[in-house]
Amino acid sequence: MNKINRLFKENPDRKLLSVYFCAGCPTPDGTGEVIRTLESKGIDMIEVGIPFSDPLADGPVIQSAATTALKNGMTLKKLFAQLRAVKDEVGIPLLLMGYLNVILHYGFERFCRDCAQCGISGAIIPDLPFKDYMESIKPVADRYDLKIIMMITPETSQERIRLIDEHTDGFIYMVSSASITGAQQHFDKARLDYFDRISAMQLRNPRMIGFGISNRQTLESAWQHAEGAIIGSRFVSLLNETGSPALAADQLFEALKQ
Amino acid sequence: MKRYQIDENGFFGRYGGAYVPEILYKCVTDLQRAYLPILESEDFRQEYRALLKDYVGRPSPLYPARRMSEKYRCRLFLKREDLNHTGAHKINNTVGQILMAKRMGKTRIIAETGAGQHGVATATVCALMGMRCEIFMGKTDVERQHTNVERMRMLGAEVHPVTTGNMTLSDACSQAIRDWCCHPRDTFYIVGSTMGPHPYPDIVARLQSIISEELKWQLQEKTGRDWPDYIIACVGGGSNAAGSIWHYLDDKRVKICLAEAGGQGIETDRTAATMHCGSEGIIHGARTLVMQTDDGQIKEAFTISAGLDYPGIGPMHAHLAELGRTRILAVNDDEAIAAGYELTRLEGIIPAIESAHALAALKKLSFRPDDIVVLTVSGRGDKDIQTYLNRKDMAGEYGDF
Repeated sequence: MNKINRLFKENPDRKLLSVYFCAGCPTPDGTGEVIRTLESKGIDMIEVGIPFSDPLADGPVIQSAATTALKNGMTLKKLFAQLRAVKDEVGIPLLLMGYLNVILHYGFERFCRDCAQCGISGAIIPDLPFKDYMESIKPVADRYDLKIIMMITPETSQERIRLIDEHTDGFIYMVSSASITGAQQHFDKARLDYFDRISAMQLRNPRMIGFGISNRQTLESAWQHAEGAIIGSRFVSLLNETGSPALAADQLFEALKQ
Repeated sequence: MKRYQIDENGFFGRYGGAYVPEILYKCVTDLQRAYLPILESEDFRQEYRALLKDYVGRPSPLYPARRMSEKYRCRLFLKREDLNHTGAHKINNTVGQILMAKRMGKTRIIAETGAGQHGVATATVCALMGMRCEIFMGKTDVERQHTNVERMRMLGAEVHPVTTGNMTLSDACSQAIRDWCCHPRDTFYIVGSTMGPHPYPDIVARLQSIISEELKWQLQEKTGRDWPDYIIACVGGGSNAAGSIWHYLDDKRVKICLAEAGGQGIETDRTAATMHCGSEGIIHGARTLVMQTDDGQIKEAFTISAGLDYPGIGPMHAHLAELGRTRILAVNDDEAIAAGYELTRLEGIIPAIESAHALAALKKLSFRPDDIVVLTVSGRGDKDIQTYLNRKDMAGEYGDF
């Protein structure tokens, strides 16, 4: 069974926490250490960011991490080598998150094959149109048991959410608000109404809420309305500040209590 | 006509489409549904045409350039988009898009700008319509195009300097798209060129097609036939080129030559010649030719011209070039400067440095004496005076003053 499916199946009553970091930042060779540390600290799932020169859905923190990573010489090929090296030590599901141009340029079939060989369970591609997913991406990804995770947002229609729910498997990435990635102080009533609206739809897929989660209020709101939460920018900032995955994780847990 | 036009999925051949984050899916599909009915409605057409005439100052003249014709041994006509209000063809598009924005109930306008011409054209129509306006402009361009920044501010726009990447046009586009992601409901993004997600390439081309619509009757009046042997224009994102050729795409008698910015040369790394140096990729929501590394990272473009400083190309142009309908020439910085000076001295017209790239293409083509050649002067050179003066060394005989 795909590790993503297993994670949700085995933890029906526990709220999950997933963390994103950008491969190649702050150091070129830190990927393995960040993954091992996050797993040892109890993180349930990790999204490894593939740096891109023009990340349209990302705020300043992740943009800047991508710039650093590219300056550090990070490439998808290097990333796969780093992932292959830690493959046997990692138990939790790993996903890659990156923009379509880099992945298509690498070759989608080759991308899927390398994901399978490196123990990657899923991929999130923010600028992948759902139509392309259905027509050309999903058939290939399915052959390698790679789960392509689609996003929904407050602007996504009920009908489209149903369509996405029907044709994806793993989880649905629920973008918290009309925004790009980056920490937010709290989720207001409009966001909570949106969370409630989606909860009431009784989707078949579990949901993870991401974008803007950085403290107790945002984390708890996410946990009340979904199976888990995804933290990106806040962790990327802490990793940059401390230079140590262990310290960054500890400080993240502190921040999430406040 | 179909062969060169957009298909029902928003593609020109294999180029185009809408590769946007999910948060923009609704905005983009709303616009896809709305744009043709709006553009074709009588009420839009009347308002748009009236503004083009009385506010922009259209039709723009088609000027028979006598001395340049003698020099290049052909009958050269200049389509004078430089004489439009705000000094370039950009306003043809912004007038149309702001009318669309109003009809779609949007209250806030954003735009990207490189040289500042599209930013000024957007700020201008926002002042005209009393709408809130925010412009994204690379910090490098903010510094090198300071006058245009002040014009935008004077017109009431807020200018956001963008500090990511090379801090030029491409980064400004990315930042405008990010802003749109954060304000999908109230904001209309006025895209300045035939780029971006579908339907923007088609919207911009249609709004700029007024250029070739006028060419038809102006040529008829001046030459007794409504088609030229050649159309020449510069191409960055591709809006003035698209407008100049739109009504002639199916007319095989008309040869089309487009000049892209070679920068310091297509054999160097310092170029913006996407159609010579690019490969298929995705940039700012469109599948098109892109200058990119072996790892699919978008490269920075380099050219003396801030308006052509873009590592992509409108998907329509990628398609037309692939079909062989257009011929693409790369014009280097020094050739453009020399051509800008030449027009200045032979005809008393200081062209925008972008348009100077089109003028430099004249040297690369050979004409028969009775060939009718239309060249679009996309904008005026006021914003580029400092660039011209700094590069007198490239101006040859005209640089000695």
